[in-house]
Amino acid sequence: MEQYGMTIGLGILMGTLARAYMLRSDYRQYPGYPHGYVTHMSLGFIAAALGSVALPAIAEKEFAAVTFLALAAQQFREVRNMERESLAALDEAELVPRGQDYIEGIARVFEQRNYLVIVTALATSSVNFFTRWPLLSILTGFAFLGVSEYLMKGKILGDIAKVEAGRLHFEGPLLKVNEIEIMNVGLPEMREKILRDGLAVVIHPKDDNARSTLHNMGQRQAIANVATAILGTKKDIDTPEFTPMVRKNIDIGSIALFCVPAEKDIESLVAAVERVPVLESARRAPLKTKAGRIAAD
Amino acid sequence: MAKDQLLAVVTLNKEAVGGDVPIFFVSTEEEQSRVAGTLAQVMKAMVHDVGNGVYIIVKH
Repeated sequence: MEQYGMTIGLGILMGTLARAYMLRSDYRQYPGYPHGYVTHMSLGFIAAALGSVALPAIAEKEFAAVTFLALAAQQFREVRNMERESLAALDEAELVPRGQDYIEGIARVFEQRNYLVIVTALATSSVNFFTRWPLLSILTGFAFLGVSEYLMKGKILGDIAKVEAGRLHFEGPLLKVNEIEIMNVGLPEMREKILRDGLAVVIHPKDDNARSTLHNMGQRQAIANVATAILGTKKDIDTPEFTPMVRKNIDIGSIALFCVPAEKDIESLVAAVERVPVLESARRAPLKTKAGRIAAD
Repeated sequence: MAKDQLLAVVTLNKEAVGGDVPIFFVSTEEEQSRVAGTLAQVMKAMVHDVGNGVYIIVKH
C-alpha cells in the first residue's frame, strides 16, 4: 500500500485541484451557490480517486478495479441529468428562458469536466508511478489542467459572426431592425417606449457554417438570454412587447436581436452578444460537405 | 391547446369583424388603445395592429 501512497495521493490532489479550477462561475455557469460547489467538489474528488487508482490497480493485477471506471461513467452521466433537470426547472421562473439547447450544453459541460478530472488524475499518478518523481507528476498535473482548459474553451459568437449596432424603427405597427422584421406592436405608447428605450444589434455570420448555426432557434434563445442576463430587461409578465427577440433576414441570413434592456448601453450589448457561447447542439457545418461548398459559391 | 391564442378583438370598424371571439367596439383611436392596453395587461397578452382599424389581443 505504502508504495502507492504517493502515486494515489498526488493523483487525487491534482484531480481535485483541476475540478476546483474548472468550478469558476460567471453569469452563465451555474452553480452559483455553496451547495452546488459542495456537490461538484465531492464528485470531482471521487473522479480524481478513480483516475489515480487505475494504474496501481493494474500493477497489482486487480483488473476488476478497472470496471469501476465504467461505473464512474454511469455516475457522471447522472450528473448531466441532474444538471439538466435542475436547470430546466429553474428555467420556468425566468422571464427570458435559457432554452433547452443552452441547458443541454451546460449540463454536458458538467459531465465532461469529471472526465477531464479522471484524465488529469490518471496522468499525474502514472507519471509518479513510472518516474517516482513527485515534482514531475505535479507538473504533469498542471499541464493537463492547461489542456483541460483548452478543451473546455468553446467558440463564442464573436468568432463566427460580426456584431454591430442596429437601428430600431417602425413601419406602421411593424417593428424593424434595419431591414429585418421583428414583430407587430399594436399600442402606440408601447411603440414610443420601444423607440425610446429599446436597443438592437445585427449579427452578420462570417460564412455559411455560421449562418446555419445562427438559424438554430436554441442558439437564438441563448443570445436573448445572455443579453438579458447582462443588461437586464424591462419586460414583465404583463408586457410581452418587451420580450427580447431574435429574428433573421430571410434573404441574406443575418440575425437581428431586439431587446428593451434595463441598462441602455449599446457597447455593452454588442460586447455581450459577441461573448455568447456557440452551442454545441446548434453548430452546423454545411461547408464540410461537397454539396454545401457547391451551394456556397 | 394552441400556443398562440387570439383572446379578443378591439375594433373601430364594426364591419370588419365577426365570429366567436370577444369583440369590443370602440369609437375613437384613443379609446381603442386604452381598452386594448387594459385587456392586454389583464390577460398578460400582447396587442397587435391588424391595420384596418382592428386591434387583436394575442397570448403568445
